Amino acid sequence: MQPTDIRNPAHFHKVVDCQWACPAHTPVPEYIRLIAAGRYSDAYLVNWKANVFPGILGRTCDRPCEPACRRSRVEESAGNKPEPVAICRLKRVAADLKDDVRAHLPKPATKWNGMRVACVGAGPSSLTVARDLAPLGYRVTVFEADAKPGGFMRTQVPRFRLPEAVIDEETGYILDLGVEFVGGRRIESMRALLGEGYDAIFIGSGAPRGRDLDLPGRHQAAAHIHVGIDWLASVYFGHVSRVGKRVIVLGGGNTAMDCCRSARRLGGEDVKVIVRSGFDEMKASPWEKEDAMHEGIPILDCRVPKAFLHEGGRLVGMSFEKVRVEYLDGRRRLVPTGEPDEVHACDEVLVAVGQENAFPWIERDIGIVFDAKSDMPVVDKLTLQSTLPHVLFGGDAAFGPKNIIWAVAHGHEAALSIDLLLGGADTRDRPGPAVELISQKMGIHEWSYDNDVSNDARYKVPWADPAKSLTSMKLEVELGYDAELAWKEAQRCLNCDVQTVFSDNLCIECDACVDICPMDCITFTHNGEEAELRTRLSAPALNVEQALYVSAPVKTGRVMVKDEDVCLHCSLCAERCPTGAWDMRKFFLELAHAGDGNPRDGKQEAA
Amino acid sequence: MTYIAKPRLHHPSLACNALGYTRRDYEGRVSTLCAGCGHDSISAAIVRACWELAIEPHRVAKLSGIGCSSKTPDYFLSPSHGFNTVHGRMPSVLTGANLANRELLYLGVSGDGDSASIGIGQFVHAIRRGVNMVYIVENNGVYGLTKGQFSATADAGSVSKKGVVNTDAPLDLVGLALQLGASFVGRSFSGDKEQLVPLIKGAIAHRGAAILDVLSPCVTFNNHAGSTKSYDYVREHNDSINRLDFIEPRAEITVDYAPGELIEVTQHDGSLLRLRKLDAAYDPSDRVAAMNYLHERQAAGEIVTGLLYVDEGAQDLHAHLKTVATPLNTLDTAALCPGAAALDRINAALR
Repeated sequence: MQPTDIRNPAHFHKVVDCQWACPAHTPVPEYIRLIAAGRYSDAYLVNWKANVFPGILGRTCDRPCEPACRRSRVEESAGNKPEPVAICRLKRVAADLKDDVRAHLPKPATKWNGMRVACVGAGPSSLTVARDLAPLGYRVTVFEADAKPGGFMRTQVPRFRLPEAVIDEETGYILDLGVEFVGGRRIESMRALLGEGYDAIFIGSGAPRGRDLDLPGRHQAAAHIHVGIDWLASVYFGHVSRVGKRVIVLGGGNTAMDCCRSARRLGGEDVKVIVRSGFDEMKASPWEKEDAMHEGIPILDCRVPKAFLHEGGRLVGMSFEKVRVEYLDGRRRLVPTGEPDEVHACDEVLVAVGQENAFPWIERDIGIVFDAKSDMPVVDKLTLQSTLPHVLFGGDAAFGPKNIIWAVAHGHEAALSIDLLLGGADTRDRPGPAVELISQKMGIHEWSYDNDVSNDARYKVPWADPAKSLTSMKLEVELGYDAELAWKEAQRCLNCDVQTVFSDNLCIECDACVDICPMDCITFTHNGEEAELRTRLSAPALNVEQALYVSAPVKTGRVMVKDEDVCLHCSLCAERCPTGAWDMRKFFLELAHAGDGNPRDGKQEAA
Repeated sequence: MTYIAKPRLHHPSLACNALGYTRRDYEGRVSTLCAGCGHDSISAAIVRACWELAIEPHRVAKLSGIGCSSKTPDYFLSPSHGFNTVHGRMPSVLTGANLANRELLYLGVSGDGDSASIGIGQFVHAIRRGVNMVYIVENNGVYGLTKGQFSATADAGSVSKKGVVNTDAPLDLVGLALQLGASFVGRSFSGDKEQLVPLIKGAIAHRGAAILDVLSPCVTFNNHAGSTKSYDYVREHNDSINRLDFIEPRAEITVDYAPGELIEVTQHDGSLLRLRKLDAAYDPSDRVAAMNYLHERQAAGEIVTGLLYVDEGAQDLHAHLKTVATPLNTLDTAALCPGAAALDRINAALR
């Protein structure tokens, strides 16, 4: 193998699994250390810069970071259930326990740069665009159909998961940057908006249409059948305050989980979720399923809805065909079991079987090309530009329903594209990330981070008394970690951003690092092809998703090979190294945001 | 030294041996030696050898004297018995322990100061008597614990870290061991575990005095240009005569070699030592030839490593003394004090 080029940030960035997995590349270990140090405001600001909504995401994020967390790969061997660090809930701690951070946030621009940007929708992607651009001097106007900003986060995520005060606070930080918010105005015509002469238009209008189920009985019993996301919004606006005693929720995504838990609080006594697929293939996050079941809601899987049963216009139940999941050539099929159909009595049905994009307000003759098959706008994955270069899409509006953190990531990229475009630069020639790699050595065996690995299992987040929380839509179910629990959970983080950096010219091949490594990560051997090399290391490197770190030849002609997969970043290799050939260096990576690398903003000249 | 304990977490593929123990179960506390010390590699080799042989840790007695090397039994085999003796007196204490309980595995760990200077009288007699033991000398040529003075094994002409040239003749522990009748003699290098681990395994399986002289560079005081015990010097002058494959009793032998490439030695416990010859002329069953070869290569400035000599028919101290098969410490009063009539018989036989 060729020696690993550690000057390319990708190698060490991949080692920080959580940051790599996060669409916004939040520097996770950095803020977890700050939480452990009690520096909640600083932890919040690290988050705020990367993901804009720490308080909201700390409660609702889809947490792609957690399945990626190295902790769950190294704990497995200890015989316990592998559990990642509770990254998401630690983020919430930073938001909950911080001081007033307003003095540390950017100030509204003092000078207008002459550019006007419109954002359609006040969801997470639009607000991210506004936050990134407003301090640079852009005049940003956000149009929203509802009266208040937040979009889906405000109207569809139920209050017992996300208190309104958190949304008000975090959307407020953005509007306080001098962003003009136009609430209660739905954009009905893109042609008209284009006519208003904005220099760029960002469309972050989400995927607002809930899919319906056109089964027999749907129209006859319409009064008691609701589309999930519309129903959740009606609950938020107070149009719905009661639900029938027996409720069936159709669908297996996170919206279905929000529906069933809301129904439970609005008078539903016999609430169940019924889903076509198998339990394990459901789209909902595992923890959301657990939360629903924890509230006494059964999830019945492998049942395909066949008909709404009604008597004289009144819904009485639903019939389901029982199926089993089979895989044919890797494709999933639902095969009827042949058992008789199952009937479940109910008073109301909530249909949460998916969301769709809808752009009836974008005329198809104004230069924005739509894909003929999917009827989705053609959007550049890198720049998020549509075929009209100054019209950009992001969030669910760009590539279909995803989640908040993806919307934020899109917002950052779109804002960067707008800044480049309006600065006269090529939007495809994007500035790279800012990267630091700094030694953490403080003394002979002292590091500026806590390298002692905690053996604790994941700490549970305390919950409100279920007897109380099931009676209220507003009482937040999760109480969040207190400072002490947060510290203990933060200690579980392996500090994967503190990298083991090897200098081949200093190595005397004493084997001290090989002997001390608790994970058998390090090998000195003759070089070879990667696939073959992986088999003859101190411990086989079977996880090909994780890179090998290969040095240039050392004195005996062998190479140092380190399997990055299960390294604990405990620093023992560096502590046992007599020559300093191993060093622990903190890798800090921040994506370029709008304003970075644009000559017009003057930052490059200063650098 | 290191401040934190080695984390308990381990690689997902870490295997168990026949006893259900992982290699980590054979470790000890975190070393307090200097970072990069060769001794730590030898400790790791002992851990690996004992794990691979599935030795019950509580059936091992670790004995050592004083010095950097003699501290190391704390850093491996935590569940084993241990005895840190007076400086240089480890061989005598080991001999006594072995006489009292012949059923334990005796692992003597010592250094060039402990064995070649203050303890040389003990060292030679334990070998002469054929005490059944594995005696590992962690040999770095300096007194590391007292700031790097030359030890008795430092080569004449080698230079200290401060620039002083050693004028004393060196003491060759391997040569001594051969001369004194050790029945398993090897030399190795802390930086070559592929050679060292099988040698330790062979020594453990051997019945009789097994002596391993392991060159173990002192990174702090003896790893500079001019030293003959540095990582670089040993690597450059290493004349490895053979590669040992240790094959456990009843293990299936799968690798085939052309005739003449191999020497096979079956030990008392049925284990097989397969020596892949790196030097075609070398015969490790010929004590006199081994001594000649060692001297010859030493004069040429080479360090001979490998299994230098093994006597497959060796006997140990218990055989020489014709002791009972039962460990003496488990004999009951009736066996130990057979009474006045038995004493009279013995006395009568001596008249």
